[in-house]
Amino acid sequence: MAAASQLFQVIRGMELARIWPRARFLCQTCCQFSHPCDANSGPKQHTWRGYRTSQAWHTYYLTPPQVNSILKANEYSFKVPEFDGKNLSSVMGFDSNQLPANAPIEDRRSAATCLQTRGMLFGVFDGHAGCACAQALSERLFYYTAVAMLQHETLAELESAVEAGRPVQPVLQWHKHPNDYFSREASRLYFSSLRTYWQELLDLSTPGEGPDTAEALLSAFKRLDSDISLEAQVGDPNSFLHYWVLRVAFSGATACMAHVDGAELHVANTGDCRAVLGIQEPDGSFSALTLSNDHNAQNEEEVRRVRAEHPPSEARTVVKQERLLGLLMPFRAFGDVKFKWSIDLQRRVLESGPDQLHNNEHAKFVPPNFHTPPYLTAEPEVRRHRLRPQDRFLVLASDGLWETLHRQEVVRIVGEHLTGVHQQQPVSVGGYRVTLGQMQGLLQERKARISSTFEDQNAATHLIRHAVGSNEFGAVDHERLSKMLSLPEELARMYRDDITVIIVQFNPHVIGAQ
Amino acid sequence: MRGCVWSSRALSPGLLLRLLRDARCCGHRLDRQGPWGSVRLLATAQDTQPVPLPSQARVVICGGGIVGTSVAYHLAKLGWTEIVLLEQGRLGAGTTRLCAGIISVAKPISIESQMADYSNALYERLEEETGVKTAFVRTGSLCLAQNQDRFLSLKRLASRLRVLGIACNVIKPKEVVKLHPLVNIHDLVGALHLPGDAMASPPDINHALAVAAARHGVQIHERTSVNHVLMEKGHVTGVETDRGPIECEYFVNCAGQVGWLRNTVTHSTLSKFCCHFVLSLNLLVMDMDGRIYVRAWQGGILSGGFEKNPKPIFTEGRNQLEIQNMQEDWDHFEPMLNALLRRMPSLDSCEIHQLVNCPESFTPDMRCLMGETPGVHGYFVLAGMNSSGLSFAGGAGKYLAEWMTYGYPTANVWPLDIKRFGNLQSSRTFLRHRVMEVMPLLYELKVPRWDFQTGRQLRTSPLYDRLDTQGARWMEKHGFERAKYFVPAGKDLLALDQSKTFYKPDWFDIVGAEVKCCKEAVCVIDMSSFTKFELTSTGDQALELLQRLCANDLDVPVGHIVHTGMLNERGGYENDCSVVRLSKNSFFIISPTDQQVHCWSWIKRYMPSDPQLHLEDVSWKYTALNLIGPRAMDVLSELSYVSMTPEHFPTLFCKEMSVGYANGIRVMSMTHTGEPGFMLYIPIEYALHVYNEVMSVGQKYGIRNAGYYALRSLRIEKFFAFWGQDLDSFTTPLECGREFRVKFDKGTDFLGRQALMQQRQEGITRRFVMLVLEDHDAELDLWPWWGEPIYRNGQLVGVTTSSAYSYTLERHVCLGFVSPATAGQNPTVITPDFINRGDYEVDIAGQRYPAKAKLYPFSSLFAQQRRRKDDMELSNFQGK
Repeated sequence: MAAASQLFQVIRGMELARIWPRARFLCQTCCQFSHPCDANSGPKQHTWRGYRTSQAWHTYYLTPPQVNSILKANEYSFKVPEFDGKNLSSVMGFDSNQLPANAPIEDRRSAATCLQTRGMLFGVFDGHAGCACAQALSERLFYYTAVAMLQHETLAELESAVEAGRPVQPVLQWHKHPNDYFSREASRLYFSSLRTYWQELLDLSTPGEGPDTAEALLSAFKRLDSDISLEAQVGDPNSFLHYWVLRVAFSGATACMAHVDGAELHVANTGDCRAVLGIQEPDGSFSALTLSNDHNAQNEEEVRRVRAEHPPSEARTVVKQERLLGLLMPFRAFGDVKFKWSIDLQRRVLESGPDQLHNNEHAKFVPPNFHTPPYLTAEPEVRRHRLRPQDRFLVLASDGLWETLHRQEVVRIVGEHLTGVHQQQPVSVGGYRVTLGQMQGLLQERKARISSTFEDQNAATHLIRHAVGSNEFGAVDHERLSKMLSLPEELARMYRDDITVIIVQFNPHVIGAQ
Repeated sequence: MRGCVWSSRALSPGLLLRLLRDARCCGHRLDRQGPWGSVRLLATAQDTQPVPLPSQARVVICGGGIVGTSVAYHLAKLGWTEIVLLEQGRLGAGTTRLCAGIISVAKPISIESQMADYSNALYERLEEETGVKTAFVRTGSLCLAQNQDRFLSLKRLASRLRVLGIACNVIKPKEVVKLHPLVNIHDLVGALHLPGDAMASPPDINHALAVAAARHGVQIHERTSVNHVLMEKGHVTGVETDRGPIECEYFVNCAGQVGWLRNTVTHSTLSKFCCHFVLSLNLLVMDMDGRIYVRAWQGGILSGGFEKNPKPIFTEGRNQLEIQNMQEDWDHFEPMLNALLRRMPSLDSCEIHQLVNCPESFTPDMRCLMGETPGVHGYFVLAGMNSSGLSFAGGAGKYLAEWMTYGYPTANVWPLDIKRFGNLQSSRTFLRHRVMEVMPLLYELKVPRWDFQTGRQLRTSPLYDRLDTQGARWMEKHGFERAKYFVPAGKDLLALDQSKTFYKPDWFDIVGAEVKCCKEAVCVIDMSSFTKFELTSTGDQALELLQRLCANDLDVPVGHIVHTGMLNERGGYENDCSVVRLSKNSFFIISPTDQQVHCWSWIKRYMPSDPQLHLEDVSWKYTALNLIGPRAMDVLSELSYVSMTPEHFPTLFCKEMSVGYANGIRVMSMTHTGEPGFMLYIPIEYALHVYNEVMSVGQKYGIRNAGYYALRSLRIEKFFAFWGQDLDSFTTPLECGREFRVKFDKGTDFLGRQALMQQRQEGITRRFVMLVLEDHDAELDLWPWWGEPIYRNGQLVGVTTSSAYSYTLERHVCLGFVSPATAGQNPTVITPDFINRGDYEVDIAGQRYPAKAKLYPFSSLFAQQRRRKDDMELSNFQGK
């Protein structure tokens, strides 16, 4: 992913027409693994800049409506319903959107309201080596979390209902975009795993005891990862399902999840997605507060942790080229059993697996310097934050966003979109010789810029528009936006990563009253 | 004096730091020690050793802007001594510093034009008087109209200005080009040329006034702030400053936005450009539709405007030493820049010099605040200039000085009187909302019957919701919501709300139906907004007080209602009210809505401090329902099981009765319109019940709701004058034909008796008349409003004060005052012949309509005859 952003930097300012040979990247469907064979090839790439592709799409621009239809294809908005004119929830609603760069997109998102307990759940999942793991997380993680937060009595009732074949009280109310699908085939398998989990929870808890939210999140994350691992080891008689669980386990995903209940906000993070809180300062401007730590090589704490978990002899190989074992960018992730199982186990599982796997070079590939597994964990860092009235919104997004926009910029863009106030840099004549006519032209341009930002109803769409189309001056440039969005599928990943954004808007009045 | 000139030169570019540095040595004078050295020489000393404050003074004026110095100047001129002017920063450091320096008489109300006209004359002679260069030039100004409505409003302004004797010409676009070649006239329909308008440098005028005042002995102390005003028993006794106390009798607050909570501040924008067209541009141009003005300025052009979306700054009582220049905000100025370049395309290549944002103080109704505060004697206010400080300061200062000297100014300043506001209008939220609306209105088209949109629904009757659901459209008076008319179900509501026209309004038929119902059946009008006082005493102190205050005889049997004026010493109306004698020693006083503060302070002023005598404001305790119409008595008698016929319930009579289930309703046989009917004063908890009962019983009599527009039409065709519109403190009962309400021989020397006696002897020189417009097509012609000039035999004799369409006469009726043109010093006494003989005309926006002047209202008999005649003609026509 660093590579991607590096390329991005390089290309920035250059004409997109100068494009590198396509063939080179056809194999590179996933940037999170950089193959050993091209690990050293980065610098060379710059020499191919002059290459021109056909004129066909060089001159082709998308019209603003076309741009909008691409940007808005996945947008989703949810407003927490009001009762009697009053919104009693601390969450006013949320906007979410995603823009694919991979085909198919490897990011997933989820949002749901807990029905048995209070609170809302929001999650962003960034998959790598395929979308299977991220897809599984988007379906399963919230159930695990919700179940882990249930009271003993509720769990007991749930179990007895399932036992007796009575209809089960729903646990979650999902807020899904039509494109956010659930896999039908695996649902039975998933349910039985979930049921085993709550049965264990039932055994461990005592009546009248309510679990701590932070602990519940921790437990749910770890449990789901071990379930994914177990299901892959056990396999399934249905060969499609067997293949599916293996795909889930061999692909990986990072997750960033937030639970909001009244003024209590918990953020659980595994990997390099990020949660940032937008705080409105007394002067009306917005500042950012990051609520999660990225688990990657940039985080020294993480590097230290990973090194400490393995013998000193591996100190140099375990983190190499800012990647785990020189391969994986996130230092924590779901799935990715390649970094968790012993080589023996991996071979055994692959051999017993369906034929499709045998042809998959990627699955057979064993990381170098693989001595003391597991190298990877799904254990999240959980952070609790008590919301204050000035905390206006929470941005959960995959690293595709954070690579292109600084968090301060993100918070400013969202904050201004939500409040409708645009604090452009004021124009100042200061010392220049400007005529009235010139000034008029400039002002009208600025005005047009402001009005264009209002075409987004959805704050997440607005943010993605900025992330993709911002020029050097931080303003959305239609030409740039059009070029970025009209990239052919196989090239898009070179210029940007999948971007998934959820923006949760808080209700300061409710929070202030609590 | 050389120093004065110097310093004033230095201050005026104070707007423009950059220019200053270029302009040789002036730059360093801008710093704190600089500009006002000369004044300090006259009044205080150098910074290092400020002259000690006097411990005693007669008047302390707070605020050294143009308003404060003007007051000081005029007080000194009127012979006052021991005047101390305190300024917390430097003289003219507030909004005065940032003012555009325009003195224009194009103001929405006459008194303001009058003040501007006086200011103009005053500033012109200042330079000669003081030797201070004021940069005063009579350049004239052009008000442009981009559409017919604006042109009409300019024409109306022109006819109003002509009444005041101010020169003005309504001109065609082609003539605009002759006056000002830079103006693009392609989208103009006309313009108003005001040759008398002038430009000056506000800080220099300020300085000149200070110099002149100082010569007359006014002590000016800068960098002295007033911390609070000391009061004792409702009188000002002194002020506490940061440099020690000063004892004083009078305190004048001219501190603009800094001192007075009622003003809040918004931005207006001003920009300056360098330009090569200097020579050709010597005229002020106001393009109100484009919300901008343009003037020549120091070898360049200065243009400013009042944006549609002002940026508020609320000081929240924080003390700002001097108003800082706000950061330039070009994006905010963009619409005005567009308007400017559209108006003067050749400015396109002008270089920008600077953009300045200036704060201005605004009041909730766009008029300044003037006068003595209610409740504190000796505390005067003059503030809230609504960005016309320079235009108003001279005149306003003069009126305030007169007010302080004689107890009243020489013109009717009620529209500016601070007592027009109640406490309610000083809420911060109210101000915030209203001020945002007021500022853009400055250049907005002013159409008849305008209502503010913000700060509404503050005071309402308990019936508000009921009436609202029945289609009431509301207007506001003194914070109180009053129904204008009721839109019948099924009418297009949206269109009705947007009726902005100088012609026939779209509610015409709705009000017509309401009036018809008042005439033929019965209508209910909620009149709860009226100011209601109760005056009680143990002995006959209450009666004594009222006998002194009122011109009519109040020693009437219990239960009688007396219409009376409360007059001042000059015999003018301070209040016009109805007084009910509830019992031997208690009276119920009903006054117009906006009298709540003024009447209270007027009564309080003459009320002996007697614990036995008690005045209470009971406005909020009663809901007033006006039942108008011939069937009102049927409705009431059905509800109370009492006969309400005139034999049993004579007019001008009050009785506490039960109506429906409710007891203690004060029923009065009067309607304020001259139609038969009753006023019900209902304790508010019964209001809904009584209203519901009246409506359900009234059903079979054809009852319906009516609004104030119907009431207005009714009272004007009956020649009823209303205080605040027709009557003011300069009008005596004799002048408006109300001698019958003055009891000279009631045995008490009431206020104003002397003046009235004298006037009766000498005869009156102005007379309130009713003018019925002839040859005026209500469908096609412009409607009269108020303030239209009245001509007699082609000679200007007066102005109208109110007007309405009379549905009975099917004519427009204007009320107004006429007085013969004065021959020499002695005003001519008016005679009935003067009224009855003479061809009258009313000038509506330049168009004169013949009118019939009447001294007495038409009897309803006339109307009936007329109708009969019409019917006959119709039948003849059909017969043929």
